[in-house]
Amino acid sequence: MSSTSAPLSARSLSALEAPPSAGASGARDFAHYLGRKVAAAIVSFAMLLVLGFVIFSLIPSDPVEALTRGHPTSAKQIAFLVKQLGLNQPVLERFGHFVLNTLQGHLGYSWQFETPVATLILQRLWPTLLLMGSSTIVSILIGMWLGIRSGWQPGKLLDRVSTGTAITFWSVPTYWLGILLLVLFSTGIGIIPPLFPAGGMSTPGTAGGLAPAHILDIARHLVLPCLTLVLVVFAQYQMIMRSSMIDELGNPYLLTARAKGLRDAEVRQKHAVPNALLPSVTLIFLQVGTMISGAITVETVYSWPGLGYLTFQALQIPDLPLLEGTFIIFSASVIVFNLLADLAYRYLDPRVRRS
Amino acid sequence: MTAIDQTTAPVVTPPRLLALRRFARDFAGRPSALAGLAILVAVTVLALAAPLFIHASDLNVINAPGQPISPPSARFLLGTDYAGRSIVTLLIWGTRPSLAIAVIATALTMILGSAIGLLAGHFGGNTSRVLMALTDWFIALPTLPLAIGLAAVLGQGDSSITIAIAVTSWPGTARLIRAQTLAVEARPFIERAKALGARDRQLVLRQVLPNVAPFILVSATLTVAGAILSETTLAFLGLGNPTDVSWGSMINQAFFQGAVSAGAWWYILPPGIAIVIVVLGFTLIGRAVENILNPRMAR
Repeated sequence: MSSTSAPLSARSLSALEAPPSAGASGARDFAHYLGRKVAAAIVSFAMLLVLGFVIFSLIPSDPVEALTRGHPTSAKQIAFLVKQLGLNQPVLERFGHFVLNTLQGHLGYSWQFETPVATLILQRLWPTLLLMGSSTIVSILIGMWLGIRSGWQPGKLLDRVSTGTAITFWSVPTYWLGILLLVLFSTGIGIIPPLFPAGGMSTPGTAGGLAPAHILDIARHLVLPCLTLVLVVFAQYQMIMRSSMIDELGNPYLLTARAKGLRDAEVRQKHAVPNALLPSVTLIFLQVGTMISGAITVETVYSWPGLGYLTFQALQIPDLPLLEGTFIIFSASVIVFNLLADLAYRYLDPRVRRS
Repeated sequence: MTAIDQTTAPVVTPPRLLALRRFARDFAGRPSALAGLAILVAVTVLALAAPLFIHASDLNVINAPGQPISPPSARFLLGTDYAGRSIVTLLIWGTRPSLAIAVIATALTMILGSAIGLLAGHFGGNTSRVLMALTDWFIALPTLPLAIGLAAVLGQGDSSITIAIAVTSWPGTARLIRAQTLAVEARPFIERAKALGARDRQLVLRQVLPNVAPFILVSATLTVAGAILSETTLAFLGLGNPTDVSWGSMINQAFFQGAVSAGAWWYILPPGIAIVIVVLGFTLIGRAVENILNPRMAR
């Protein structure tokens, strides 16, 4: 689910509020800034733990009933489960246990896999990182390129076509696009032969490890899910870059550059782009939330064995400890990336860096 | 808007009606806005009229009229689904839950978001700081995992999807309404009302709310678009009402009942295209209204 308004949402702008200040006390300033941002991130994380506890521990009326549904259970077993889950303790005490456990990396036991949630998450982390990383890089490259060119000449053909495409792709459900690509390129229709595998991350039975054949196999499996995510996400980067380019358009330094006799492409690449990049780069960090939402549905469609698919599997039971674990991991990673965005902005702004 | 106009010139058209006329003229001058409106009217009429020509037996999985997953024919214009029901029928019926959930979720979102935005904008100070910190924190949370968690905990069904959407989509509205409240409260008529002894409650409900209402409308049209996407996503993941037919559940069934390996494009394409058209319709209207009300807000 993307944000409902234009891609340049309020969240994105709040990252830019930090006033750049230069001077002799730059290092101390930075330490102060860093401390404040880290403290804010810690508060966010604490609130996240409260929310996670409320949703997954307080709202479910009877976890024991959910856990034993369909199994014949004796009163003794139920009493044992209540004790094991700590349901007979006061709420505050349960919350305290939950916080301590989470901080130590104990996220509970998955009901369906009967494995620690933390272990499952670690197993599934790498495929998600691979998918999200590769599609982020590709969509940044495409989105930036289009954004720079369409923002430089707003209203021209390229701008109209690419902005229209962006709005259309925004309206397309990610999972549906994934299924379409699956039918087109994996099942094959008419003259199109089945080009790519339908799901999973590697062909069963092939040798693992770092063998070139295995890496090639993973790459073949990666193509379709990566393409789906790129198609849905590149528009966000394009809109961000486009609007920061437009912000630069009226500036007098561009007139100076033109007056020096520079060609249009040089004015754009050497003068406008570096300035437009500054706000964009930090906004790019903040797209992680959108990427996560996309990854959940895309991984489901392609059975890509990552955290998103794990969430979907947890949903089928529903396996509450596992859902809680993935929710906390996803949200915590967004908090971390928000912090990185704040730091990147501070670092990239030359007025601050020089001091 | 301005009480002075009404007292000095009682015979002229009220300013709000004038503004409305100007708005309608501006709206009619935008082809994309009219296209969006046409889509909306058509879909709403279809959704409301569906029970007139679709009967429960058409939607029943047992004793469905056709063969499972058969391609388009003269009898079934878009073929049949996994149970042998007509895709056209399902498509029309699917309009109902998708629209209903999106509209109700949006209404909840607007109530929650406007209340928080108005309170934060009107009272300022620590109230504003706490409410806006909460809003910013909520905006930063990834929406889908949160919505999935909520809907899973509340159990399969329409109401849990509705609640999950409302809980995850209010922060944008809250921010917008707070900003507009601040802008309205800076205007002289608020000072006049305060000088006349208006209390907080009266100021917010009688003076500020009518003036930020147009922005609530903008936010609502864009929120409906997002809510439809969210609703179909959650339904696709299997969180919807299992006995009802919606666009999201159609795609879910197509995907998990073998339409992909059968290459059944007629089963997969229509619900997705329907979603895109409706979302696009709401987005076009939302953007047009946004542009008319505040040309600087949307570029």
